[in-house]
Amino acid sequence: MFQIDFGSQTDRIVGIDLGTTNSLVAYLNLTSPEVIAGEDGSKLVPSVVSLTPGGEVIVGNAARRLLIDAPDRTVYSIKRLMGRGVEDVQEELKLFPFHIAEGSESVIQIRLGDRTFTPPEISAMILRQLKSNAEAALGGEIKYAVITVPAYFNDAQRQATRDAGRIAGLEVLRLVNEPTAAALAYGLDKRKQGIVAVYDLGGGTFDISILKLHEGIFEVLATNGDTHLGGDDIDNRLLRIALEDIQSEWGEDLSRSGEAVQTLRRAVIEAKEALSFAPAVTLSFDWKGRSYHREISRELFEKLIADIVDRTLGPCRDCMRDAGVTPEQIDEVVLVGGSTRIPMVRSAVEVLFRARPHTDLNPDEVVALGAAVQAGILGGQIQDQLLLDVTPLSLGIETYGGVVSKIIHRNSTIPASAMETFTTAVDGQRNVLIHVVQGERELAKDCRSLARFDLKDIDPLPAGMARVEVRFLIDANGILNVTARDARTEQEQSVEVKPTYGLTDEQVEAMIESSIENAEADFQARQLLEARVEADTILAAVEKAARSEAHEQLSEDERKQIRRIKNELILARDHNHYVLIRAKIDELNQATQKLAENMMNAAVSGALKGTKV
Amino acid sequence: MERRLPLNYFDFFEIPHHLSLDLKDLEQRFYALSRKWHPDRFARAGAAERQEALDASAILNDGYRVLRDPVQRANYLLKENGFDIGEQQSKEVPPELLEEVFELNMALEESDAEAIAAARQKFTRMQDQIDAELTEAYQRYDQQPGRDVLAQVRSLLNRRKYVSNLVARTAAPESGVAAL
Repeated sequence: MFQIDFGSQTDRIVGIDLGTTNSLVAYLNLTSPEVIAGEDGSKLVPSVVSLTPGGEVIVGNAARRLLIDAPDRTVYSIKRLMGRGVEDVQEELKLFPFHIAEGSESVIQIRLGDRTFTPPEISAMILRQLKSNAEAALGGEIKYAVITVPAYFNDAQRQATRDAGRIAGLEVLRLVNEPTAAALAYGLDKRKQGIVAVYDLGGGTFDISILKLHEGIFEVLATNGDTHLGGDDIDNRLLRIALEDIQSEWGEDLSRSGEAVQTLRRAVIEAKEALSFAPAVTLSFDWKGRSYHREISRELFEKLIADIVDRTLGPCRDCMRDAGVTPEQIDEVVLVGGSTRIPMVRSAVEVLFRARPHTDLNPDEVVALGAAVQAGILGGQIQDQLLLDVTPLSLGIETYGGVVSKIIHRNSTIPASAMETFTTAVDGQRNVLIHVVQGERELAKDCRSLARFDLKDIDPLPAGMARVEVRFLIDANGILNVTARDARTEQEQSVEVKPTYGLTDEQVEAMIESSIENAEADFQARQLLEARVEADTILAAVEKAARSEAHEQLSEDERKQIRRIKNELILARDHNHYVLIRAKIDELNQATQKLAENMMNAAVSGALKGTKV
Repeated sequence: MERRLPLNYFDFFEIPHHLSLDLKDLEQRFYALSRKWHPDRFARAGAAERQEALDASAILNDGYRVLRDPVQRANYLLKENGFDIGEQQSKEVPPELLEEVFELNMALEESDAEAIAAARQKFTRMQDQIDAELTEAYQRYDQQPGRDVLAQVRSLLNRRKYVSNLVARTAAPESGVAAL
């Protein structure tokens, strides 16, 4: 009856905390969860990825060092971009040195050196590292994983995380919410009853969950949070002040130098961490023979971050209201995430919930430990515990006038479902398009667009006669599944999903195909292919530009040079040498710089002419 | 395996189709059925069994949400008995409330805090009165089911919906701003 036996060595399930700052992998050792260290002995794998010029992927502590030496081929905090579109990460881009490639639309493309990757592909590189750490420690291939996500992650962010797992060669058996995982880790050795609040302030996200514990059942009553609030915000606050300070002292603006900013960021983070244990620290930064020193007292630090800590309290109050509990009813508070080491955060939590928070487990490790417990539940080693989680955001469909009709409310226990019947508006109509959104606002435009579902091949009937029953189901991972059937014929109705953000199944498949691990041998071939594609693009652009007015404005010499390099590139393109093609592409780029400027100017003045003042 | 899951919430929980329920008992059943059906219990099973667990869990959770709430539970039972509970719970003012609603609108327009507080008290009392009548009607139905009692329950629920909207309108003064 059972098709997979997770009890055996080869089918072991690991628990993974894929964090903004650090990632960890853990497993259930008989009955107690354990974090697995990497080759360098460290349990925390920094969520940093670097690509060497030779195309080799470096993850973790080694990559962290490259943040300073090779900032243009190194990326961190990729979790902030998971499941998001270019237009909704503009704020992050001001503060994080992400190199977004041009042409990124519904899925962001990050540039590392001369190649581009989507956030799930970069997360997959981290997962692959964790997978190989686990394989080295436990022996045998690891195929299955439980991965944690912030409780407040929406559908697109969850799907992106699951895609990352697939690209890394892991079957993700469950996505577990981070605060719930933490509660599992705490609840394992104590047979607790009562109400527990989990306050999780990580590197980039904040979650609060309130659970009811009852004879091994962990029932989440409500959850709330902010997917853009965390330790990074504190770092950025200090960083900005230090940069301003340095500018007034040295008369030099370092904010445009990636290397300087990374070095300073490291110093700021060290100072922040030290301030959790010392009443005052000195922030020190050495740069090109100059030194900057500044003493920061805890008092000043707390003044600087007070509003950030405050921003966590609103969601906590909302969560208590939704759970229907008062602070007095909360028996225990669990702290998760590195930022909860900050004394000010601890005292704010203590005041709000009127309970002394638990800190017996390492806040950096507790989520991964919980993921390993969940892996044990799925694998059958743990029989008496069960997690009943909720969906953090309401699910709705856009109706007439852009108004949202909510069909599954937030804080509903998952799996949860809703059935809606749709019909046609015009005689003979064959398609109905359903726009599904997530969020609490009244208008679809203020909510998060998830996807458009196209009900296809509806029997052509007079308007209003067709009856298509659509079932919306949020599964135990918090991910939406949609099925439809014709209510008259009871036939399954085909539904085409067009995700607003994120990858289609075909794209994920393509990424698995092209994932570096599988295609290591094809590296040269791929480089060649990419170089040729790029060559074709620039050749086409130059061809087109040659017919423009801007081209006429160049000198005879300039035009001649462009022609010469263009012809060289055409020749190089057909050779099997990507380095040569790249070199010619660069040359042509250089030679056409003025041409591009001319065209840009023409376009701008053209656009200005068209503007009504 | 050709055993179909009971789709009716009362049947799924194996309880009589009653309007009043013992919530403690309902919770115990919910936990027990969760242990039986949650997808986590079927991670090692085949595709068909996993799908069945997913479907069963969804019915269980949807049902628990409906049954533990007295208003949703009654609406569910009404629908099950062929009552149309759709949109006729309309925005039309019940005639007997016409004057009160008019006064409330005036008070809100003039931000007359005293009058708003008085209205709030009045509507809250009204709501409590309706709840008492509902409880009584629920019990009557459970002892002797009949369409006449259900019809009465439906009209009480309509009235309750209207009155609780009024209570909400008299709530926090900043709610007007939040609506923007």
